[in-house]
Amino acid sequence: MSGVTVSAKVNGDAVQYVCPPSESLMDVLRNRLNLTGVKEGCGTGDCGACSVTLDDRLVCSCLVLGAEAEGRAIGTVEGLSQDGELHPLQTAFIDHAALQCGICTPGFLVAAKSLLGRNPNPSEEEIRYALAGNLCRCTGYDKIVRAVQSAAKVMRKQKRS
Amino acid sequence: MPYETDYTNQKFSVIGNRVNRPDGVDKVTGRAKYGADASAAGQLVGKILRSPHAHALIKKIDTSKAEKLPGVKAIVTGDDFPDFTGGNRSLMDTLENCMARGRALYDGHAVAAVAAVDAQTANQALKLIKVTYKKLPHVTDVDEAMKPNAPIVHDWIRTAGVDPAPTTASNISQRNEFGHGDVETGFAQADIIIEKTFKTEQTHQGYIEPHACLATLGPDGVGELWVTTQGHFTFRNMCASLLGLDVAKLKVTSSEIGGGFGGKTHVWMEPVALQLARKSNRPVKLVMTREEVFKATGPTSSTSVDVKIGAKKNGRITAASAELRYQSGAFPGMWGMLGAMTSFACYDLKHVKSVGYDVLCNRPKVAAYRAPSAPMAAFGVESVIDLLAAELKMDPVEFRIKNAAKKGTQASYGPVYGPIGIGPTLEAVKNHPHMKKRLGKNQGRGVACGFWFNFGGQTCTDLNIGIDGSVNLTVGTVDVGGSRASLALIAAEELGVDYDQVRVTIGDTSSLGHNDTTEGSRGTFSSGMATIFAARNAVDVMKQRAADTWGIPVDQVVWEEGVARAKGRQNSNLPPLSLKEIAAKSPRTGGPIAGHNEVVADGAGVSFASHICDVEVDPETGSTRVIRYTVVQDAGKAIHPDYVEGQFQGGAAQGIGWALNEEYIYGDDGTLQNAGFLDYRIPVCSDLPFIDTEILEIPNPNHPYGVRGVGETSIVPPLAAIGNAVSNAVGVRMTHVPMSPPRILKAIEDAQ
Repeated sequence: MSGVTVSAKVNGDAVQYVCPPSESLMDVLRNRLNLTGVKEGCGTGDCGACSVTLDDRLVCSCLVLGAEAEGRAIGTVEGLSQDGELHPLQTAFIDHAALQCGICTPGFLVAAKSLLGRNPNPSEEEIRYALAGNLCRCTGYDKIVRAVQSAAKVMRKQKRS
Repeated sequence: MPYETDYTNQKFSVIGNRVNRPDGVDKVTGRAKYGADASAAGQLVGKILRSPHAHALIKKIDTSKAEKLPGVKAIVTGDDFPDFTGGNRSLMDTLENCMARGRALYDGHAVAAVAAVDAQTANQALKLIKVTYKKLPHVTDVDEAMKPNAPIVHDWIRTAGVDPAPTTASNISQRNEFGHGDVETGFAQADIIIEKTFKTEQTHQGYIEPHACLATLGPDGVGELWVTTQGHFTFRNMCASLLGLDVAKLKVTSSEIGGGFGGKTHVWMEPVALQLARKSNRPVKLVMTREEVFKATGPTSSTSVDVKIGAKKNGRITAASAELRYQSGAFPGMWGMLGAMTSFACYDLKHVKSVGYDVLCNRPKVAAYRAPSAPMAAFGVESVIDLLAAELKMDPVEFRIKNAAKKGTQASYGPVYGPIGIGPTLEAVKNHPHMKKRLGKNQGRGVACGFWFNFGGQTCTDLNIGIDGSVNLTVGTVDVGGSRASLALIAAEELGVDYDQVRVTIGDTSSLGHNDTTEGSRGTFSSGMATIFAARNAVDVMKQRAADTWGIPVDQVVWEEGVARAKGRQNSNLPPLSLKEIAAKSPRTGGPIAGHNEVVADGAGVSFASHICDVEVDPETGSTRVIRYTVVQDAGKAIHPDYVEGQFQGGAAQGIGWALNEEYIYGDDGTLQNAGFLDYRIPVCSDLPFIDTEILEIPNPNHPYGVRGVGETSIVPPLAAIGNAVSNAVGVRMTHVPMSPPRILKAIEDAQ
């Protein structure tokens, strides 16, 4: 099968890759671009572990074709920390012990960042519904919700100053 | 030199602090490498062909077309796994579960495997393998499987534990009985007796990371396996035994593990990956799909349980008995036995008897799931306890307190308890503000207790002190939920150094002696114990170095807060030597400073919890919402309270999913109908409230810090706590888990 040549931006950097037309963006990111922070939990869009942003829209990368990313900007967990500083969400997840095994963490961070971009001051309920597409089997979500609340507060403060 | 394991009530300086976990940055940046995240030059992709039938003879497997497909490098079937088991039936069961040998025993049973240059080619090759099946009668329900005319899963099984020994085949692999006293005498003394039957459906551990490994195995019999596992040493031994390899020639490295909960304690496809690697002489990466995880890896038992408890009007239980029928999948298990052992462990009973049956069905081989077998037994027992309390017009918490086991009680499964936490957790529940919250319309509250044994086992740990005084701790238990942080705290406590000075690594199988699988809530208990002793070993070395430096006998040297001090007035001119100073001088004082320990960590402390749950049931739809949940559990000692709370909350959440939603649904044809996260729905963030926790610390007398282990008990009470809450909300006793909307509606309708 002949491949499709794709030019896209990943975490701000220009990339080019060739993939079969049927290959998912998740497989491209993991296997061709070595961005293994993108996790596969189901391959059917049910768990959110492979969450990335595509032109600022939150998607399950297992449900997007690699070929569809032509000319678009992709954001993964690897792009969250900037200039050697952790993103406030990353810091909050560590401070609040919001991860146990950590396999769902990249997806949660990308989804939470997308939420806080749209809604800087979400209620507990809004957080819970915004993150309902991301499965975590370890934590019962308690400390994840608290971490997102705490990061949101930090980010609002940063924005004001 | 052996070190003392007794609890000493020492004063802690860093233990109990909520420090940041050492692997936190790795895990929030995507840097941490899990099972599917490793690659090797020239690696092939492995894929497995699975049976579409619940039970079938495999008459022929024709791989000729697949072999001719360009890019296919190896194909294996049952014929490629010669029998190295030496007649060990349990090993043969494991091998047969990894790859069928003439018979497919469940929907999803592996029948062949392919290694090819890429995933597309491998998938194409699977389609070209032609398997000729002859379908056989199947059985998937535990009660059906026990009937005399049921289809027999294995004709060689004779029920063990029955006298006289049976001569004909049965699906009941074993019967186990526990208890003491005479239940008939006890029931005769009762004023009220309640007897009821309960059912629970099969659930999956549901770890988000599918099984994955990267295998190499050369013609010289030397191999490496990178794998997501709870026990890389056990995986090594198992793979070596099944493939006829020398244990020392197979190096197994545990990747970061994306959840296990007991499901990653067994090999499933790792021997297949190694055999594909051997046949192709190329590295093979094998990653399961979610469907494969559901169909072919460790779910827990579905069960059918009868409970009978009698009590006097004064609220004392006079006798308790249970019969527990646990489905073990297509291979024998010990799940009914564990159910029978745990069923009445919370109570002080004069007359008690529990009988467990392990029952074969055409379902995947059952694996441990967090306190395996205990939640289903607790569902029945704690439901009947509530019914009795209601009959006696007693508060259900008071009734439990009155009958709770305590120090000196003989447990229903045999031993006499030391100091235990069931009474204190119940007292804490009684006094918890949650119990005073008023309930609204359609709401109900339930309370339930739970027990788990906990486990210690073989453990081996190394501690090496660097030239700058920083510390490498290498352990052989895997970090499933933050244990690196606990173990670093323990090393820092013992050595008297900053927590940040300690780096914890999970050693591969060639870097440490054998470590048992990380199961039974043993990670912090047993590796914690070995870390204490390894650190004390290193302190002994440093004291000797200080003594040599000062030219005094070592018995004049003490270790305090990270420094060696010379004792006595005659040594008052000798300034203390810090760990850092001793480490810096080590090249000239005898070489590197290391501490080591190997131990069989006996004396794991039994663990108890009591949970409170409030639910609201919509009487129109039968849909249930958990509106408040509180976990009270005895941790012995909480080394890192955040991660102890995390275990409490995670176990409760899994229990909530099990109680309300999760179940394996089989069709009449014996195939699994819901092998995916869409149709097998685990709790999501919007399903749950915050889960309150209260940590009690009743020290385990058999651990220097009093640690008990906290990972499992939290999943034991939820089925019953929610069952009691739903029953109180709708006014009908619920006896079948999960209490899904259709089941609740039916129960309400039947009652009307």
